Amino acid sequence: MQLALEKRAERSGTIALVSPLIAVGLTTATMIILFTILGKNPLLALHAYFIAPLTDGYSLQEIAVKATPLVMIAIGLSLCYLANAWNIGAEGQFLIGAVAGSWIAVKTQGTDAGAWVLPAMLVLAAVAGALYALIPAICKVKFGASEILTSLMLVYVADLFLDYLVRGPWRDPQGFNFPTTAEFDPVATVPLLIEGGRLHLGSVIALLVVAAAAILLGRTIRGFGIRVVGAAPRAARFGGFKANQLIILTFAVSGALAGLAGIIEVAGPVGHLQPGISPGYGFTAIMVAFLGRLNPLGILVAGLFLALTFIGGEQAQIAMKIPLDVTKVFQGILLFYVLACDSLILYRFKLVFPSRQVARGDG
Amino acid sequence: MVEAIILAVLAASTPLLIAATGELVTERSGVLNLGVEGMMIVGAVCGFAGAWLTGSIFIGALFGIVAGTLMSLIFALMALGLAVNQVATGLALTILGIGLSGLIGAGFVGERITPAMHLHIPVLTDVPLIGRMLFGEDGFVYFSVALIVGVWWFLYRTRAGLILRACGDNHVSAHALGYPVLRIRTFAVMFGGACAGLAGAYLPLAYTPFFIPGMTAGRGWIALALVVFSSWRPGRLVVGAYLFGAVTILQLHAQGWGVGIPSQFMSALPYLATVIVLVLLSRARSGGSTAPAALGTVFVPDR
Amino acid sequence: MQAHQRTLDPMSNGQHSGDSPLLRTIGLTKRYGGFLANDSIDVDIWPREIHALLGENGAGKSTLVKAIYGLIQPSAGEIRWQGQRIVLSGPSEARSLGIGMVFQHFSLFDNLTVAENVALGLDGKESFKDMSARLEQVSKTYGLPLDPHREVWQLSVGERQRIEIVRALMQDPKFLILDEPTAVLTPQEADQLFIVLERLKAEGRAILYISHKLEEVKRLCDTATILRGGRKVETCNPRLETAASLARMMVGGEIKEVKAASRRKTTVPRLVVDDLSLAPAEAHGVRLEHISFELKGGEIFGIAGVAGNGQDELFAALSGERLSKDPGTVLIEGIAAGHLSITQRRKLGAAFVPEERLGHGTAPRMKLSENALLTGHAASGMVHHGFIHTAATLKAVDRATEAFDVRKAKRDPEAASLSGGNLQKFIVGREILRAPAVLVVSQPTWGVDAGAAAVIRQALLDLATAGAAVLVTSQDLDELAEIADRIAVMFHGRLSAPLATSGATREKLGLLMGGSSLEPKEAAHAVGA
Repeated sequence: MQLALEKRAERSGTIALVSPLIAVGLTTATMIILFTILGKNPLLALHAYFIAPLTDGYSLQEIAVKATPLVMIAIGLSLCYLANAWNIGAEGQFLIGAVAGSWIAVKTQGTDAGAWVLPAMLVLAAVAGALYALIPAICKVKFGASEILTSLMLVYVADLFLDYLVRGPWRDPQGFNFPTTAEFDPVATVPLLIEGGRLHLGSVIALLVVAAAAILLGRTIRGFGIRVVGAAPRAARFGGFKANQLIILTFAVSGALAGLAGIIEVAGPVGHLQPGISPGYGFTAIMVAFLGRLNPLGILVAGLFLALTFIGGEQAQIAMKIPLDVTKVFQGILLFYVLACDSLILYRFKLVFPSRQVARGDG
Repeated sequence: MVEAIILAVLAASTPLLIAATGELVTERSGVLNLGVEGMMIVGAVCGFAGAWLTGSIFIGALFGIVAGTLMSLIFALMALGLAVNQVATGLALTILGIGLSGLIGAGFVGERITPAMHLHIPVLTDVPLIGRMLFGEDGFVYFSVALIVGVWWFLYRTRAGLILRACGDNHVSAHALGYPVLRIRTFAVMFGGACAGLAGAYLPLAYTPFFIPGMTAGRGWIALALVVFSSWRPGRLVVGAYLFGAVTILQLHAQGWGVGIPSQFMSALPYLATVIVLVLLSRARSGGSTAPAALGTVFVPDR
Repeated sequence: MQAHQRTLDPMSNGQHSGDSPLLRTIGLTKRYGGFLANDSIDVDIWPREIHALLGENGAGKSTLVKAIYGLIQPSAGEIRWQGQRIVLSGPSEARSLGIGMVFQHFSLFDNLTVAENVALGLDGKESFKDMSARLEQVSKTYGLPLDPHREVWQLSVGERQRIEIVRALMQDPKFLILDEPTAVLTPQEADQLFIVLERLKAEGRAILYISHKLEEVKRLCDTATILRGGRKVETCNPRLETAASLARMMVGGEIKEVKAASRRKTTVPRLVVDDLSLAPAEAHGVRLEHISFELKGGEIFGIAGVAGNGQDELFAALSGERLSKDPGTVLIEGIAAGHLSITQRRKLGAAFVPEERLGHGTAPRMKLSENALLTGHAASGMVHHGFIHTAATLKAVDRATEAFDVRKAKRDPEAASLSGGNLQKFIVGREILRAPAVLVVSQPTWGVDAGAAAVIRQALLDLATAGAAVLVTSQDLDELAEIADRIAVMFHGRLSAPLATSGATREKLGLLMGGSSLEPKEAAHAVGA
C-alpha cells in the first residue's frame, strides 16, 4: 500500500477553506500527545496556551504587541515568496533597521531635538532595512548568487554588528557595563495607544501595512506582476513583467518593512538597543507568511495566532513549568500540517495497492 | 603552532564536509533540502544525549545519524510524498529542528562528556608537522574523508549512482524508463539526513565536549553554500570545506593575536566570505548553471 | 468481427493462421477520477506487422501504450503476451518480455552521455564496456550512427531519436512501440526511419506505430486501429482506406475545410527583420545568424524547420522577450523595435502566440481572466492608474469564448483545467480579438484536435484577409502548405530564402530542413548521403 497524489483539474476552493482547520486539529492532537509525554495534563496545558491569554486585557494587548513585528515582516516576506524570491534574512534586516533608527535616537539623546526624531527614525530604519535587503537581491539579479544563502548569511553579520555597537561605541556609560544603549528619550519612543497599557502605535502601522498589501496584491497590476512572476516565470516574461525588477522591488519592500518593525520594537516595547531585541521574529515571520498562505489577511490571522502561542507558552511555563521550546516545536509542527493540508488543494490523496492485487481484485 | 592550526582547521572543516557530502547526494538526485541546519542541530543534541547516556562516542554518533535520518524522513514525506514546495519544507524543517533541539537539550545544558579519542600510533603520530595531521585525528575526520571518496565512487563508478544522477537531470525521463524516482529520491534525502545528523553530532562529541543550544551556528547553511561552491562535484567539495574551515580558524587566531579589529568583525568573516564566494562563483559561471537540471522541482508521477 | 477483418488483410493473411497474436489487450480500461482515458479497448498485435494506432489528441493513444509498456496500471481489463495473461509491475518487466518503446518526448537525459543514456534504458546485466561495444555494433547494423561519448544536449533532434531507437533495439525486442516518431524529423529523415522499420518487420518483429500523419500510415502500416474519445472505433487495413476516410473515423464526422479568401491584397510591410543576429540566452540555446525577411499586410509567412533550430530564439527576439542591441533589426509598422520591450511592441500593434500553452502562453494555475490580463494589460483598458479593471478582463474572456467556441466548465476557470484545443483557441482568440497589425504565432495547432485546428487556421487566414501580417512557425509542413503564402526554413539559426508555397515541395523543404542548400549539386549530394 502506498500514498499517491492525483492532480486536480482545478484548485479546490472548499479545501482551501477547510485545510487550515484540519491543520489546527491535527496540531492540537499532536500537542496532546507531546504534553502527555512531558507528563503534563494536556487539557490544562492547552487551556494555558490558547484560552488563558484571551481572558485578560493585559495579555490581549501583549498578543497585539507581539503580533505587530511578526505581521509586518511576514507581509514583506509574502511579497518576496509570491514572486519566488526567497528572502530568509528578514531577521538581519530587522536588526539593521533597529540599528539605523537607534542611531538617531542615540545621537539626539539628551538634546532638545523635537518631534521630528521618531518619524526620522522610522524612515531611516525602513531605508536601512531596504538597502540591507538589496544586497542579496542585487547579488541574485546581477550575478545569480542564491538569495537564500546570501540573505541568511547577512543575518549573522547584522547580529554581530549590533553586538559590536552596543558593546562598543553606543554603550550606555551609566549602564553598569551591560551591553545596551541608554533608554531612549520620549521623543524617540513609539507612543502608546492606551495610557499605562502595552498597545502602541506600531500595531496601527501593521494594520495599515496589511490593508496596503491586500490592495496591492488583489487590485493592482503591480501586485498581479508579483504573483505571475512567481507562479509562471516564463508566462510573466511573455506578459511583459520583469522578474529581476520585481525581485529587487519585493526585497526592498520586505527589507523596509522588517527594518521598520525593528525600530518599532526597539523604540516601543524594548525602549533601548541591546542584543537579543528579537526572539527570532525574522524567522518566525517566515512561518507566519506560510501559515497565512502568503495572503495579507491570512497573515494577520496567523500572526495573531502565533503571538497567542508565544504568550500562552510563557504562561504555560510559569503556571505548569512547560519548557518554552515547546512553543517552537508547536509552531514547527503547525507549519508542517498546514503545508501538508494545503497539498490537498492541488492534489487528491489516493492509496494505491500494488498492481497484482488490483488485477486479482478486478479479475 | 602551524601544526595546531592545521589540526584545528581539520576539526572545523569536518562537520561541514560531512553535512555537505550528504546534501550533495540529495541535490544530485534533484531534491533541494534546505533543512540541513535543522537536521544538524537535532543530530547534535541527540548525539550528545546518546553519548551522555551510554558513555560511548560511537553510540552517540549513531544517535545523531538516526535523528538526522528521522528528520529527513519528515522532509521526504512532505516534499516528495505530498509534493509540497521544497524551499518551504526545508525552512520548516530547520525551524522545527531548532525547537526540538531546545526541548530535548534543555536537560543536557551544562553536562560534559569525554570527547572522541584521537588516533595514536606510536612513532607515526609523533612525526613532526604531519604526524598528528595524518595519524592523530579523531575517527570522524577519517570517516569524513572515506565518506566523500565513497560518494565520488558511488556517483561516477556505479550503476546506482548513474541512476541517481539521472533522476536529478530529468525525473520525467527516469520515470518513463521505469525508475522509481520518488523512492530513489527518498533514499538520497535520507542519506543527506544521516550525514547532517552525524555532522551535528560531531560538534558536541568531538569539537566541544558539551551541548549548547544553537551550537551549529549556521554550519548547516554554510554546508548548503559549499554544495553550490563545489558545482555539485565531490572533489571540489573537499577543497571548499577545508578552505572554509581555514577561514574560520584563521579569524579565531587573528582575534587571539590581538589584531586591532573588533572581534565581532572577525567573527563575521566566515559569513561574509560565503556571500563573496557565492557571488564570485555565480558570476564566473554566468554562462550556464551546473546545478542538477531537476533540482528543487516537484515531481508527481501519474499512475 | 475482428477475424473477418483479419482475412481482408492481404499482407498479413496466412502469416497469422494458427498463431495467436503476439500481444492482445482485452477490455483494457484506464480511469482517472471520473474520466475514462481508455474505455474497454481490444487490440491484437501480430508478429511481422506494423500496426498503426490512430487518433486525435486526447483519444487515448498514449494511455494505451503506457499501459502496454507497464508505465501505468490499467483500471480493468487485461493484457496478454503470447497468449499468457501478464500484469506488468513496470517498464523493466515489459522490456524483459521483449517490449520496447520509443517515446515522443524523448526519455533522455541532456547532461549525460549517449552511452550513459543507453545504459539507463537497459537492465544493467552487462558491464558498461560490453554495453558500449554492443551499442556500436547495433548502431552499425541498422545504419544509425551515434557517438557514445557526446552529451545529449549537443545532439540534434534526429540524433536524439536515434539514441532512443538504438536503445530499444539493443534489447532485441519482439515488439516495438513508436510514439509519433516522424513528428520531429525532416521528410528525408522519416524515409530513413521507414527503411529501418521495414527491416525490423522483416526480422519478424511487431511494431505499434502511433501517428496522425495519414499518408505515412497508408504507406507503412499493415493494420490500423483507430481510437476516439478513449474508445476503439475501428480496426482496418489502412491501404484500403483513403486519408479522408481515416480522418473521418478519427474525428467522427467531416472536418471543416479551411477556406482562404480568394483575393487578398498585400499592402505595406508591417513586420521587417533586418540582419538579426543574437547570441543564445540559455546554456544549450541556438545563435541566430543574419536573419532577414519582410512581411506585408495581408500575407501569411511560414517558417518551417526541425525543432531546436532557433525557432524559439527567433520568437523571443521578435516578441521582445529578448532584446536586440540594434533597434533596426526588428521593425514593426515601420518603427524600429529591436530594443523595445514586449509590452511596447504590443502597443505598436503586435501580438504573439508562443508554442507552449501552459507556462508560456498562460500561467497554468491562474484564471482565464488573469490570463487575459497577462497580455492585455498594455493596451486594452484593463488597467486604470495601476488598478485592475476586473470587469474588463472578464469581458475579454467572454468575447474569446464566444468568438472561438472555447468549451469550459465555468465562466472563469483556471487555464490548466482546459483541454489543449480549447486553451489554444482561448489564447489565439485573446490575441486576435485585439485586432493586431502583426501576429507572430508558433506551432498554432500543435497537439490540438482537428476541430480546434481548423478553427485556428481559419482565424489566421481571416486575420490576414483583414490586412494583418501573420508569421507562422510550424513543424507541420501540411499546415504551412495549407495557410502560408511563402515558406522559409530555419536551420542552425539561419533562415533560408523564402519559397512561394506553390513551388515549395516536400522534397525541397526537407532538404532545407536537413541543412542542405538548394544548389543542384549539393542537393544531389544530400540525397545520396
